[in-house]
Amino acid sequence: MNTPVTPLAQTAAAATPAPLATRLRGLSDRSVAWLFVGPTMLLLLAINIFPLIWTIKLSFTNFRANRPNAEVLGVGIDNYVSVLTDPDIWVAMQTTAHFLFWTILLQVLLGFTLAWLIDRKFRGHGFWTTLILIPMMLSPAVVGNFWAFLYQPQMGLFNYAVSALTGIAPSSFSMLGSVRLAPWAIVIVDTWMWTPYVMLICLAGLRSIPDYIYEAAEVDRASPLRQFWSITLPMVLPFVMLAVLFRGIENFKMFDMVNLLTSGGPGSATELASITLKREAFEKWRTGYSSAFAVILFVAVFGMANIYVKALNAVKNR
Amino acid sequence: MKLTFRKLTGLTALTTLATALALTGTAATAQDKTLTLCWAAWDPANALVELSKDFTAKSGVKMKFEFVPWPNFADRMLNELNSKGKLCDLIIGDSQWIGGSAESGHYVKLNDFFAKEGIKMTDFAPATVTGYAEWPKNTPNYWALPAMADSVGWTYRRDWFARPELQAEFKKKHNRDLAPPKTWTEFKQVAEFFQGRMIDGKKVYGAYLFTERGSEGITMGVTNVLYPMGFKYQDPAKPYAMDGFVNSPDAVKALEFYKALYKGSTPPGLTNAYMGEGLDAFKSGQVAMMMNWFAFFPGLNKDPNVGGDKIGFFTNPSDKGKGVQLGGQGISVVSYSANRDAALQYIKWFANPEVQKKWQAIGGSSAAKSVLNDPAYPKSTPFAQPFLDSMGMVQDFWAEPSYAQLMLAMQKRVHDYVVADKGTAKEALDALVVDWKKVFKDDGKIK
Amino acid sequence: MSRTGISTAHSVVEPTAGTRGIASALVVLYAVITLVPLLWIILTGFKTPSDAISYPPKVLFSPSIEGYCNLFTTRSRQTPEYIASLPPASGRCEQVARDTGTVVAGTSNYIPRFINSLIIAFGSTVLSVGFGVMAAYAFSRFKIPLKDDLLFFILSTRMMPPIAVAIPIYLMYRELGLSDTRLGMILLYSAVNVSLAVWLLKGFIDEIPREYEEAAMVDGYTRLQAFRKVVLPQATTGIVATAIFCLIFAWNEYAFAVLLTSGTAQTAPPFIPIIIGEGGQDWPAVAAGTTIFLVPILVFTILLRKHLLRGITFGAVRK
Repeated sequence: MNTPVTPLAQTAAAATPAPLATRLRGLSDRSVAWLFVGPTMLLLLAINIFPLIWTIKLSFTNFRANRPNAEVLGVGIDNYVSVLTDPDIWVAMQTTAHFLFWTILLQVLLGFTLAWLIDRKFRGHGFWTTLILIPMMLSPAVVGNFWAFLYQPQMGLFNYAVSALTGIAPSSFSMLGSVRLAPWAIVIVDTWMWTPYVMLICLAGLRSIPDYIYEAAEVDRASPLRQFWSITLPMVLPFVMLAVLFRGIENFKMFDMVNLLTSGGPGSATELASITLKREAFEKWRTGYSSAFAVILFVAVFGMANIYVKALNAVKNR
Repeated sequence: MKLTFRKLTGLTALTTLATALALTGTAATAQDKTLTLCWAAWDPANALVELSKDFTAKSGVKMKFEFVPWPNFADRMLNELNSKGKLCDLIIGDSQWIGGSAESGHYVKLNDFFAKEGIKMTDFAPATVTGYAEWPKNTPNYWALPAMADSVGWTYRRDWFARPELQAEFKKKHNRDLAPPKTWTEFKQVAEFFQGRMIDGKKVYGAYLFTERGSEGITMGVTNVLYPMGFKYQDPAKPYAMDGFVNSPDAVKALEFYKALYKGSTPPGLTNAYMGEGLDAFKSGQVAMMMNWFAFFPGLNKDPNVGGDKIGFFTNPSDKGKGVQLGGQGISVVSYSANRDAALQYIKWFANPEVQKKWQAIGGSSAAKSVLNDPAYPKSTPFAQPFLDSMGMVQDFWAEPSYAQLMLAMQKRVHDYVVADKGTAKEALDALVVDWKKVFKDDGKIK
Repeated sequence: MSRTGISTAHSVVEPTAGTRGIASALVVLYAVITLVPLLWIILTGFKTPSDAISYPPKVLFSPSIEGYCNLFTTRSRQTPEYIASLPPASGRCEQVARDTGTVVAGTSNYIPRFINSLIIAFGSTVLSVGFGVMAAYAFSRFKIPLKDDLLFFILSTRMMPPIAVAIPIYLMYRELGLSDTRLGMILLYSAVNVSLAVWLLKGFIDEIPREYEEAAMVDGYTRLQAFRKVVLPQATTGIVATAIFCLIFAWNEYAFAVLLTSGTAQTAPPFIPIIIGEGGQDWPAVAAGTTIFLVPILVFTILLRKHLLRGITFGAVRK
């Protein structure tokens, strides 16, 4: 092929001394690939994988981080057995499951509804969308801290607001004090924070549906309800599933907001898996035991996410 | 090398810079030595900042402070010590850390320094020496200088108690005067008397109790009922033998009593409340009586809303016996510090009786006999006498190296029973004995 | 049959005015409800400490800058005689302190923590987006062995609870001397964010047709030059959106910050919830700290909000 060499190439060739030019042009795609992927993999290996392997190693010992000079013994799978037979651990997992289920359900329902309403494109929708986004820009720890203030039955806003709407006396219930209500208190705060996130994802999904599909359905005289059911929902489903995946992973790991809101109390009513893990690791300093728990948690999430992503890909590709 | 003009300028600049850095470097080390002192963030800490200006004036050493609020203090500082961190030169650590810090080598042993400088432990109140400085307990091995004498005490709304109509009503009901309670039975009567009453148009409540779940709150609260009613940590004759002492019938009764008080005489919503929430509750006029550390009483006494004439103080009520939870801290030198000599000088300065007097006046709480035994002391503040009485009957939680696990176990069992309504008091205490046995077994203290 | 593109029936494509009105009302209602807690906190920043804890809560109150002053200073309580003996107050905050019977003893740690947040959050964002865009490009364009598995592996690094990873990292950093350093935190946040960055950016780069850079390479550009001059400009939207998400995470992160930092490298999130007044939490100061801390992210997001929406499309889903 006789492609004329462009002026750019000529200048490039002239400017660099001959051996360098050959070397540069010779930087093969393979080298570039290594160069580009390398730093990321190195960083992940150092900060993620190496500690993970260390955690796995620790989980088979009786190491305690507050006694670095004590003798470290291998204990086989004792830690794993302890974790899996500890009733408190199972309570924590149940609490986490309750939290996961309700937060995801509420956030998806609210988020999708909001996205659909915003997609009607009423006047000023951009402005209001930006306002709705604000809660998710706050630090979850700070949110937990000031919602504790808001939930205070005597001094906080929440009880008085509920009282104004429903007539129940403000001091008659305590969101953070009741074993019954506290799990809902944390669901409310998490939903307050993250519904905008789900809304954004659903909005992107809604906006990605080309108009012509709807117009074709119009031609076929499909009713709005039928359009929603057979066009909107199926095409937004992958996005919703992605939102569920990300929110699910994040809430499984949830620590800061709940810890500052309730410290896992009252009793253990809101003690999520991460809070139990923190107690074991950084307060009781049972490093070996908590490492086993961490590995179990990781395997659980990994397994579930794996299955979920396969389902997600299946939905995407149909 | 060809000496072009450019190279010359570059070289000159570099040399000047290097010399300047070197000079400032040496000048810096010669002149400004700084000590960092770590403590909890509360009123006495601010007072210490003021007091330390005297040290800087006398020694030329500047002081920097790192204060962490109580709920996070233990986590942060123990983390720091376990990582051999160099952040703190001096640390005013909680009394319960002594065992762990001594055995892990975090603190500098002070016996030799005390001997050299003539600092005598007999100059300090015995309870504070045992509580804040000794490890093992009751042996002359000192790891701290008693710095802040403290215990749990009570405040009450003197102005409410003084109201004639309330006095009359109380007298009719209970056949005695409405006054600060001396026993727990009296306490319950007073608390229930105020519970739900309308005062000045607002509903008020009887008492404020510690219920905090995360660090040590509810334990520091419940022990004030446990100790007077006969709870013991272990058999006095046999260390670590806890059956029948931790879960004795007296202890069960005491725990049930605390729960009854919590359920029937406190404001709503205080399910995870410790020092700060108590101050909020008292200052906003919600409660007639509040449990808190004496350390806060100077500030409360001066509070514009509830201080002065409105506030009164009393010692922890008694029952079969007397007892109150020990608070307070000692000041230690961190063994990883780079400024050990300067830190020791601070300790020497702090131990001086004149400085102790000033410490007491400025808002601290001195543990020095010279201050506590001074005849003017009991009248110096409205809470001085109750404080002296308290210091005569203090007991402390375990100070073992594994105190954190022991504390967390008690926090869980007590909070589950008192606040989360799980099980009975006997079940909670029985489970606690099991928990504690496990910890001691892991530690090798029992078979 | 309707006219082309515009239907007379209420089509999903072109909502009626009525639908728009209802949608608007509902969304505004949600926005208002959801913003009330935040407004309450901002208002609390302007109350005095005793107003903040009054019960029932005060909606009307006389504003004060005590909260903001308390945020930036440390104070100690002194006797009225001592205060009277001092020279006149040198600033508004000093005067406010004296009015409550205290004197300003020094500046608080808020500003150093805020600066740490700036350095660590922006530093880690630059690093993670930088690494991320390179890796994403490679995954998008090149045949990398086990690509899907590697990508899932990268995603899975986000699945470990921070507390769990914190234990070995705490030990590791202790050995390496990275404990309580800004560099340590930047590396850590970058590692956590790079997985998100790679996933997001791969989606974006997938959307950029290969033909552009291939044409450029035919013209004599090397792969690297084509990447820099052709691909990156087109990926700007994606890069910006990714940067926003990475920044929000690093800015607001708490668990690692509280476990791995203390005096030197501590950021604002561990600091704000523990701002203590005289004994209890100084709610106006906490509120003030929260408000100020929100501002940079708010500004950043508002300026770049158009990119944010595109950012979460994840081309991975589109395909």
